[in-house]
This record gives sequence, C-alpha cells and structure tokens, in this order.
Amino acid sequence: MSGERPVPQPEEVQGPRQGELVTDSGSAGTGSLPQPEVVDVRRGLFGARGSGDTSGYGGLVQPVAMPGAAERPYGGWFDEAVDVLAEVLAARGVPFDEAVERVVVDPPGARAELTLWVARERLVTVCQILRDDPDLRFELSLGVSGVHYPHDVGRELHAVYHLTSVTHGRRLRLEVACPDADPHVPSTTPVYPANDWHERETFDFFGIVFDGHPGLARIEMPDDWPGHPQRKDYPLGGIPVEYKGATVPPPDTRRQYS
Amino acid sequence: MTAQTGYHATPAVDDLAGGTPMFEASGGDWDEIAREVVGEERIVVNMGPQHPSTHGVLRLMLEIDGETVTEARCGVGYLHTGIEKNMEFRTWTQGTTFCTRMDYLAPFFQETAFCLATEKLLGITDDVPERASVVRVLMMELNRVASHLVCLGTGGNEMGATTVMTVAFTAREEILRVFEAVTGLRMNHAYVRPGGVAQDVPDDLGDQVRHALREVRKYLGQLGDLLLANPIFRARLTDVGTLDLTGCMALGITGPVLRSAGLPYDVRKAFPYCGYETYDFDVPTSTNADSYDRVVLRVEECYQSLRIVEQCLQRLAATAEQPVMVADRKIAWPAQLAVGADGQGNSLEHIRTIMGTSMEALIHHFKLVTEGFRVPVGQAWQTVEHPRGELGVHVVSDGGTRPYRAHFRDPSFNNLQAVSVMCEGGQVADVVVAVASLDPVLGGVDR
Repeated sequence: MSGERPVPQPEEVQGPRQGELVTDSGSAGTGSLPQPEVVDVRRGLFGARGSGDTSGYGGLVQPVAMPGAAERPYGGWFDEAVDVLAEVLAARGVPFDEAVERVVVDPPGARAELTLWVARERLVTVCQILRDDPDLRFELSLGVSGVHYPHDVGRELHAVYHLTSVTHGRRLRLEVACPDADPHVPSTTPVYPANDWHERETFDFFGIVFDGHPGLARIEMPDDWPGHPQRKDYPLGGIPVEYKGATVPPPDTRRQYS
Repeated sequence: MTAQTGYHATPAVDDLAGGTPMFEASGGDWDEIAREVVGEERIVVNMGPQHPSTHGVLRLMLEIDGETVTEARCGVGYLHTGIEKNMEFRTWTQGTTFCTRMDYLAPFFQETAFCLATEKLLGITDDVPERASVVRVLMMELNRVASHLVCLGTGGNEMGATTVMTVAFTAREEILRVFEAVTGLRMNHAYVRPGGVAQDVPDDLGDQVRHALREVRKYLGQLGDLLLANPIFRARLTDVGTLDLTGCMALGITGPVLRSAGLPYDVRKAFPYCGYETYDFDVPTSTNADSYDRVVLRVEECYQSLRIVEQCLQRLAATAEQPVMVADRKIAWPAQLAVGADGQGNSLEHIRTIMGTSMEALIHHFKLVTEGFRVPVGQAWQTVEHPRGELGVHVVSDGGTRPYRAHFRDPSFNNLQAVSVMCEGGQVADVVVAVASLDPVLGGVDR
C-alpha cells in the first residue's frame, strides 16, 4: 500500500472528517488492506521546500487518506445490495472477500455513495452479476474514469466505473486498482458495450490496458502521442505569459497550497 | 505527316516511327480483374473533420457501396484541450471557469454538475440557499431551450432548411440576452460557483425573462409549423437513424435519444438535484426511436422547460433579497461583482471596504481568492440531465485546494458510439440526419 513509508496512525489524519476516519479504522473490514487507504503523505505547506522556511510549516506531515472500509450497517439499500452480490458470488463459487476487497461508504451523511473495491481478476464477473441479477440490475453503465495515485505503491492506477440501476433507482461505484508495472484490467465491454470509448479514453489518458477490448486505440490524443497525459507525472506544460509588465508563470510551476 | 483522321490524345500509330514499343491496357487477363473490381466496389469516404454537416469537428469514416453505407466509424479528438488536466492545477472555484467551456452550447450544466459534486464533497449540499438553487434551475432550463434550439436549427440547416436555422437562432438570441443580463456573458459564464452562484440576478430579470418566454414561444410555434407537419421533413427523418431501446441500453445512450425509444429516464426525476422534485413538469417519450421522434421530443422538452422557468420566476419573486451563496465564509466567494465602465468586475464599494477599513477582510479575501478552500478527502459522483443526456462528474479530492481529479462523462461522447449502429445499412445522406439527431457537441466530446 504505502510502500516503505510508515503507515500513519489515524490520529495523524488531518481534515474535517477525522471523526469518521477514526471510527472506520477500528473495523474488522472486508479485506486485509490497512485502513484508511493512505495514498500519499504531504509534507510542508505553501510549497516551501529546502531552506528559507522559517515558518515551521515545513515540518508538517499530513497523510492523504482516502476513506477506509465501512462497517455494517452501511445504511439504506447498501446492505441489501452487498448481501445479494455476496450470495450470487457464492453460488458461482467465488468467495466474496476474493472478489470485493472492501466496501466503502462515502461521503458521510444522507448523500453517501457506495463504492465496491473489486479485484481486477473478478471485475467482469462482478459486473455480470450486477447487471443480470434482477435484485441488483445495474443496467446502465455511465463510463470509466481513471485516477492516478503515484505514491500508492503497487496500486498506482485506478479505474473507476459508475453504474446506475434505472429499475431500482440506485447508483454504485466500482473501483479497480492495478500497479503501474502491470497496468492490465480486464475489459468490461462484453458486459457493458457502452464502456468501449470510455475504456479507450482511460487507456489514452492513463495507460491502463483493458485486456479483451475490441480495439484499444487512443481516442483523444493523436495515435503517435508519447505518454499518457492525465498521469500525475506528466507535466501540464505551458509557457510564461507577459501581462501588464509582469510575467505570469505557467500554471504547473506556480506556487501551490496543497 | 498524314492527315488527322480522328481525335486522339496520343499520336496515331503511324507517327511512331523507329519501332517505339506500344502498350495497351486491354486484353490478357485484365478484363477478368476489372470485372471483379466492379463487383466489389469498396470506397472509403472521409467525411469531416472540416465538414459543415458533421455538427462540429467530427470525422466520419464511411465505407460506402454505391449510396449505401456499409461501415461507419467516428474519429474524435480534434478539439481536445485537456480541460480535465487543467482543472487539476486550479482551485475548485476556478474549476467552473474551465468546465463551462466543455460543451459550449450548454455551459450551465457543466458548471452546476461540477459545483454539486464539489458541494457533496464539502458536505454543504443542504446549506446551499434556496434562491441559489432556483437561479441554477432557471439558468439550466433556459440553457436547455437554447441548446435544443441550436440542435433543431443546425439540424435543419444541415438538411438544407435554412429558415429553420434562422428562426431557431433568433429565438436563441432572446435567451442569450437573458444570460448576458445575469452573468455578463453570452457563453462560458462561470456563473455557478461552489456554494451558490456568483451574484444575485438583476431586479428586472422577471420582466426580461417573461419577454424572452413570449418570444421563444412564438418562435417555437413557428419551428413546430416549419418542421413537424412538413411532409418533406417527415419523409427525410422518419425511420432514419433508428436505435431501439435494447441498443440504447447497451450503448449507454441517455437523453432524448433514449426517451425516443420509450424509456422515460430523466435524471431530474430519477435522481433529483437542485430541488427538481418540487417542480411540476413532464418527461415526454415516444416509441418510434427514429430521428423524427427525437425532433418532436426536443420541441416538447423546450415547452416543458419553459414551464419550469415560469415556476422559477414565481420562486424568485418569493425569495427576493435572500442570499445566493452559502453562509459559510470559509467557502463563499468573498468578492461582490458589479458592472463598471469597463465591464463586469469586483464592486468598487467592496474593494474600498476591504482595502480601507478591514485588514482581516483583506487577508480573508486574499487567502480565499489565491489559495482557495480545502475540500475533504474523498470522491463524489454527480449527474445532471444535460440537453444531450446524462452528464456525470467524478471528482476526487486529496484534501487540498485543487481537484485531484475531475472527470466529466459527457453525454455527447458516449452517444457518438451509436453512430455505427444508426448509420450502417442506410444511405449516405441519412448519415447527416442520424448524426444531427444525436446532437453531439464536439467541445463536450473532446474536452
């Protein structure tokens, strides 16, 4: 998860959701992953690096912790849907923990969204069940989006799927992680043909290879473009602009506060 | 030299003295080969990206056999500007300035969806003042009418009905005047901000909108007369570009195209936001699933949107003088806007107050404007009913002042996947009709 870095204690977690995160950290959880999910550790403030920082802010250490696994009851229809999924998975001989690494309910409150972290080997099976089981029936896929966490060693690239059940009026998010060294995720196009272009886009921008896709080519960038632009290590680019006598640096070289 | 007996591009045989060799492209086994070529004539036509009938910089690769399209493929990406990447380098508030430029015909939808997602992460969805939500709904519904008018107008123009285009754009002009009065701009507004809207609407907005509504209704009536009962138009669109419900569901098609196949799925009803559940409106559907039905649905949706606009005007009158931004000063944009001699900008009165009387207010203003507010770690998904379908926004925050990732699921992008299914087996001329009925906006497709 966080590689060689020490796993920060929940007490160190900054931000308004400290309460929730502390509660979550005690849960038995559904997977063996540490909780909450620390994806980065931020040091210092105001982008000050090296010498010259007399404020003392340079010593700040803030782990960036994505919401961890939720404890039952998840609330609303979430429990029922997860139960049905576990049941159908079991009927197919797949242990729930093997297919779904963790169940996350976030953000807290009435507008919570259900996220299932799915093992990439089981992604297509889970999608098939979510689409076909009449009690789940997530028949509409609203595409794939990628997120790059360069500091989450071994799980750098995430593919995020948003499913909608028109029948039941529900929404669900699937998240699949794969390492940068082996960026392969099975294609969901056999189950959701709508994901065809979305997977091409995610491949184009993040370099996630969707195995089994009918024609995984770049879609937005030119075919011979080097690199995958939405990755965090890909520079934004830009040139300094002169404006009213002052020079405005390109956006990615300006001072940043986070 | 002998007299010329006929017209030849090359000299006659007699002129070729000295035993110059001669070749003929006939005889041998070439006759057979030529016959085979005629039997399997396969022509690939590149339509676009600079073609007036592809609705923008859309490239269509058509394989045609005579007049029949045997294969149709889309090429997109010509308008890719990396807006999502750029948003990762700007504050959450500046994000609206970027996402408004995606689908430039429906800017308020991107702004509102992004702000709703940000508010969900901030946990302030319930704190957004009612008046701000009413203004958002008002602008979105006017925008829906404007967007549908462009769809009908350009769609008509692409089929050669120029009058349809002029009527539709005249009607859209009335709506753009309202936008200009409220936001100062005709497009790319960046008016909806996390926590509310940039500033309150002008006092006389009610009269302006009512005037616009009267005009738009008149022009919509004209468009209906020009289009819907016109036998040429009907013959051109009926049973063209059909995509049944199965196809729509498989390809994730939403919006008027899905509703033309009979499923009354509308995010405003299915997953209400901005208080849509409290407005009185209908979701029109039909079952023929062809291009003609989509035109009928778009005209009908315009009338439904006008119904919502009228309800918004009543609510605006009822909520006069109420705030349009959250009360939390850690999030609410500190500047007050005013129209000056050189256009819209910060209110001089506000600047005088913070510069002259309150050091704390100045610091607060500086911090919030340059640094921005922090958004708790997490991710959120928000969809709105865009004129072209379901627009989804996936935002991820790492607890900083800028989005860690902002992804827009644009309905045009997804719906363009249907071009192959809708065009293959039809006529070349019907490709234009089918693409127009999808109404893709390439700014949204490529982002």
